[in-house]
Amino acid sequence: MRIQISIDKVRGPFVTRVEEISGQNLLACNQCGKCSAGCPVVAAMDILPSQVIRMAQLGMEEVLESNTIWICASCLTCVTRCPKGVDLPRLMEALRQTSLRKGVTELDLKALPLELVREVPQLAIVGGYRKYMR
Amino acid sequence: MIGAGISGMQAALDIADSGYEVILVEKEPSIGGHMAQLSETFPTLDCSQCILTPRTVEVGQHPNIRLLTLSEVVDVEGEVGNFRVKILRHPRYVIEEKCTACDDCAKVCPMVVPNKFDRGLAARRAIYIPHPQAVPAVYTLDPDACMGLFPLACGKCAEACEADAIDYDMRPEIVEVEVGAIIVATGYELYQDEAVQAYTYMDHPDVMDGLEFERLLSASGPTGGKIIRPSDRTVPKEVVFIQCAGSRNPEHGVPYCSKICCMYTAKHAILYRHRIPDGQVYVFYIDIRAGGKGYEEFVTRAMEEDRTVYIRGRVSKVFSQDGKVMVWGVDTLTGSKVEIAADMVVVVAAIVPSEGSRRVAEMLGISVDEFGFYTASDAEMTPVEGGVPGVFLAGADLGPQDIPETVAQASGAAAKVLAMFQAAQVEMPEPEEIP
Amino acid sequence: MGIPYYPGCTLSTKAKNYDRSGRAVAAALGLELEELAEWQCCGATFPLVLDDSMALIAPTRILYQAQQAGERVATLCAICFNVLRRSQALLKRDPEMLERINWFTEQEYRGDMHVVHFLEILRDDLGWEALAERVVRPLTGLRVAPYYGCLLLRPYDEIGLDDPEDPSILHDLVRALGAEPVDFPYSIECCGSYLTVKDPQVSETLSKDIVTSARGCGAQAIITACPLCQFNLDYPQRETEAGRAGNEIPVLYFTQLMAVALGLPEEDWGMEEHYVDPRLLFNEQ
Repeated sequence: MRIQISIDKVRGPFVTRVEEISGQNLLACNQCGKCSAGCPVVAAMDILPSQVIRMAQLGMEEVLESNTIWICASCLTCVTRCPKGVDLPRLMEALRQTSLRKGVTELDLKALPLELVREVPQLAIVGGYRKYMR
Repeated sequence: MIGAGISGMQAALDIADSGYEVILVEKEPSIGGHMAQLSETFPTLDCSQCILTPRTVEVGQHPNIRLLTLSEVVDVEGEVGNFRVKILRHPRYVIEEKCTACDDCAKVCPMVVPNKFDRGLAARRAIYIPHPQAVPAVYTLDPDACMGLFPLACGKCAEACEADAIDYDMRPEIVEVEVGAIIVATGYELYQDEAVQAYTYMDHPDVMDGLEFERLLSASGPTGGKIIRPSDRTVPKEVVFIQCAGSRNPEHGVPYCSKICCMYTAKHAILYRHRIPDGQVYVFYIDIRAGGKGYEEFVTRAMEEDRTVYIRGRVSKVFSQDGKVMVWGVDTLTGSKVEIAADMVVVVAAIVPSEGSRRVAEMLGISVDEFGFYTASDAEMTPVEGGVPGVFLAGADLGPQDIPETVAQASGAAAKVLAMFQAAQVEMPEPEEIP
Repeated sequence: MGIPYYPGCTLSTKAKNYDRSGRAVAAALGLELEELAEWQCCGATFPLVLDDSMALIAPTRILYQAQQAGERVATLCAICFNVLRRSQALLKRDPEMLERINWFTEQEYRGDMHVVHFLEILRDDLGWEALAERVVRPLTGLRVAPYYGCLLLRPYDEIGLDDPEDPSILHDLVRALGAEPVDFPYSIECCGSYLTVKDPQVSETLSKDIVTSARGCGAQAIITACPLCQFNLDYPQRETEAGRAGNEIPVLYFTQLMAVALGLPEEDWGMEEHYVDPRLLFNEQ
């Protein structure tokens, strides 16, 4: 993989917007990886949570194509342990919202077994709608 | 001279060798500091005791050095050329001049407690000598571990002592001295805060810090230099080192880098492999800091010759499962979460100032930073000057540093004192009789 | 007068047993929970982006509704607890946001409610010793694994209920009831939460790890404070066409365990509809 890095990317609208709505200074992350080390769902992710923030730091918008931001369960383990206090859950949400606001939908209840949808506590459906749909 | 670790001893010897008198105050029962606990030093892998003991012996015998161990400075008044220092001598309950270090007393003592010198890996009696090469070579009775002194509950040690060296009637004593200059070298400790340890499971016997691992490595340590798991005494075949535990962690530890850990971890990896050639070491790191002379080559040796696998990433969780210590870390370079079922884990903890550094600073009127490290009057240009005329600083109480730097600073501080003493305008007080 | 209580939508329907056992034990301890006169769904998620004021409307309305009833509002559902506690914290540090929402909803929320979880009331108002004294059927010998999950504890600076890495509130509760708490390494690992409706196989894997770990440490039961955790841990253990694996472990709400220990009638236990029947643990005794 080869990328171009320039001031238009690392200080461009994508980085600015993401930092704005997440309230985080992306460059506070020194890529220690502790978030990824403790993430419970990392096995299902295509890139590590720490790689998500890395791509965001470099202004790589293709990070929105990863499944990582959707597998994130907002369990908050990462931010609890981050030595720099970087709020990765807020960053993940900012990236999800950036996609959702462009019209992306990630939830398809019709694809689930009917029995599951009937039995699951409705807060899961409410939460699912709010996190994965717009 | 406050503190008799390597920096205190070096400064004391430099000054004493120049003909001036040094009063060397050490709060532990014997001198040598943490260097006495080390097995080998980096990057030379010299035996620590072998390079240290000549100095400790010299200090103990030097005609110009008055050694006051088990003692603490409690008050300082006056000014450069004329400091009046009050030193509290804790009672040893053993008469130094009479004790022959024969060990008859410890053999009959019924009280057993963890030995601080061995970082809790081994036990000692209430009456004890911290380690066989201790200077002064005398025993000490720990009143907190003793069955009881007031009134006397046991008395077996005095009975057993043929040299008649035990005196239960000893009391704390204040000694007052007048000195022309003061050097502070109170050294460091490893970060033990709960906030860091909560997830690193420090109460597990097979999870330890770097100084504990040194005691395992040390030929005069609790296992005679054999690396074994404290839990079941088997040989650990896979060992994980977690660097930066507590360091570089503004949220849950200290924000600074502890500087020496990358080097001593590489040292541990090399020494482990020498003892256990079919074992494997993994080191979780974020960066490798090896800026001294021969340091980068030393770490490279750990990687290439001793086949240590360095994994770039922090560790998130450590827990016990089926007799192993499970480590959840990450390899940021391949982009994978990593799980290792280790036999032993060494948590490479942050370096913090010795307990009591703030109190000493206050007494002397010198500054400390927010972490308790002493602040020199100018970090770049006068790194061994304490900001108060006549007070000088040396050693790891200034900040994490290695032995070469510490020794250099000690000699630097000593040189400053000697220059001051040589100058005509400073009046030297008369040498005093120390009771 | 009872403690103002916000049940939330799930406790009023799919997790009625949590609500029922909760109210029953509260009443038995003299800590009656009094449902708010008016309430609606909290939204089930706390907005993590800074520019989503709409998501705060529902929680703020609940806090306003609770304001009519007193100074504090209690919850049982850990997710509702998290949403309300974090919303309250946000409104407190951002008075401009509070003003904006009040203007939009045309309701004057003062901004000073205390959101508490029922566990806090047990620990801080009643005390474990006092609870232990009320136990009529000590659960001696029962090994219970306290499963904390995520939202009851995190983020620590806004929730502050217990140590997020080494919590003890459920451990202490288990001990007070005469049972033996079982420490296990997965007790604060996420159950998967809403992933159950998006990638159920991911949450199933997490669930299996948690349950296997608890069992491996000798637990006979798991207790939890969240209806989604309860479902995520219980449902995958259900009887399928292939039958059962044979090493199932029941997952209960902490209030259900309390109901047994306090000697309440079986209808208050609410154990009829679990996938792994917990009643087997107690009918043997």
